[in-house]
Amino acid sequence: MKKRRISPGYTIVYLFLVLWALTTIFPLVWSVMNSFKNKKMIYQNSFSFPLGEAFSLENYRNIFANYNLFSAYRNSLIISGSVAFAVILLSGMAAYILCRYQFHGKKLLTMLLYAGMMFPIYSTIIPVMRMQAGWGIVNSPSVGANLLSVILPQIAGNMSFAIIVLTGYIRMLPTELEEAAYIGGCNLFQTYFKIVFPLCKPSLVTVGIFSFLWSYNDLFTQMFFLRTKENWAITILLNNIASKEGVNYGAMFASVTLIVIPVLIVYLFLNKSIIKGMTVGAVKG
Amino acid sequence: MEAQIYKNKKLIWIFLAPAFGFMLVYLYYPFVQNILNSFMHIKYMGTAGGEWNTPWYKNYVTLLSDPKMRTALVNTVIMIAATIFGQVGIALVLALMVSNIKKGAGFFRTVFFFPIVISATALGLLFNLVFLYDKGMINQFLQFAGILNRESNQLIDWKSKYAMFTMLTPVIWQYVGFYFVILLTGLAGIPEDLYESATIDGATKWQCVRYITLPLLRNSIGTCVILAVTGALKVFDLPWTMFVNGMSNTWLTGTYMYSKVYSDVDYASSIAVVIVVIGVILSNIVNRLFQTKDDYQV
Repeated sequence: MKKRRISPGYTIVYLFLVLWALTTIFPLVWSVMNSFKNKKMIYQNSFSFPLGEAFSLENYRNIFANYNLFSAYRNSLIISGSVAFAVILLSGMAAYILCRYQFHGKKLLTMLLYAGMMFPIYSTIIPVMRMQAGWGIVNSPSVGANLLSVILPQIAGNMSFAIIVLTGYIRMLPTELEEAAYIGGCNLFQTYFKIVFPLCKPSLVTVGIFSFLWSYNDLFTQMFFLRTKENWAITILLNNIASKEGVNYGAMFASVTLIVIPVLIVYLFLNKSIIKGMTVGAVKG
Repeated sequence: MEAQIYKNKKLIWIFLAPAFGFMLVYLYYPFVQNILNSFMHIKYMGTAGGEWNTPWYKNYVTLLSDPKMRTALVNTVIMIAATIFGQVGIALVLALMVSNIKKGAGFFRTVFFFPIVISATALGLLFNLVFLYDKGMINQFLQFAGILNRESNQLIDWKSKYAMFTMLTPVIWQYVGFYFVILLTGLAGIPEDLYESATIDGATKWQCVRYITLPLLRNSIGTCVILAVTGALKVFDLPWTMFVNGMSNTWLTGTYMYSKVYSDVDYASSIAVVIVVIGVILSNIVNRLFQTKDDYQV
């Protein structure tokens, strides 16, 4: 084989790209490395590998002894899972009607839909807090009620985005199957759930992933509604570890590692759908 | 013409009601209520507003002379500029590079995008350690590299001396991959033969970028700029984790609003109104900027 000539231009391009890639990979590797060292070793050289005597599980023991990570993971999964499920179910139904039917008030609903994207959480949180406090689901003794007080506003927060994405998708689907179902005597429910819903699967997955991650990472809402230990979800737990373990660097490294690794594993398998899910709303078409 | 099948509209409201019900209760109603709240007096978080403020626009007058609000606004403007030029700028350079290479594009896409899926809270914690005064990653590296004196344990206090830089760096870094993917998708839509014919006519690589890629990419860049601007107004988690309560004068409109939420509820509401107004104005400006240029193109 002939040796391919590599131009200096390409070398610089690759060098630059690899450099940026290193900035996204290295901090994480560095964090994993140091999570297995005690404070003294971190202090001496945070760039060394935790081998031999330097290796220690102390930080992890410490974190698991003082914080209930499993309960936080469970709460996070309940919250984000419910949000993704509700958004998929309800936004699809609304998107289908907005796509296929002509009715009075359609213009108004479409306008409201786009307006819904413009409201930042800051502008709604105080009245939402009052409303939910009035219903008794804020600071309630029941964990379920507290989780619900995070789930409900997050469902609403993802709804307009999801409907807009799904409307775009359903519009491209052919109507023949729906017509056949109609002639076969299906009502709206049967047509939607048996025909349209399964066809929308790729787009629904996108919407689901987006809502899940958005909810999982959203610290602001959790700060308002999950105020006691047993209600903490992952993000708020992390925030509390940060403020309590200020100088315990080892514990911080361990908790960052524990939070990021599950996400990393999921990302390695699903990165195509995740990237699509996170950017689809932005790209026109 | 409406197809026969979509004539029966009895059930459609059952399909629309849950989604729009959620938005009515959790977006539209609170949004309007929040505007009213900003003119009222509210004693405690979680209670209803009692009387109107005297004068009713009192909070907005206070905002005008609030030094912290001024800091927050200035910092937010810096944040917006940093996201436009830092995030979208770096993303554009990376996207142009990746679209020109033959191998590894998929790898770079996956790696560059990864920081976005990590919660900003975790990143805030991580970057606290990176910028840590007491031998964090950067200070330790600078000591090893000999830029800081190791013997006398010379250190840089990033979080108080270079607070804005320390806050902006992770925010910019996290979202570069997001705009990178959007721009890469836009680049893929530019037909290859345009470059081919330009090259035959003797255009250099740079001329191709300047006269073909950038003009044709205007829509994607416009989308990115709008997202960057609205995104910059929403940034909360990372600054809050790294700089609790606006320490070292790092207030942003969002973090300042949160800090007031329990102590002065109606004042916090008025800050939220300001955030919305700025967002609407800025996205209109950006929209207009990128639209009018489109007309010239023809």
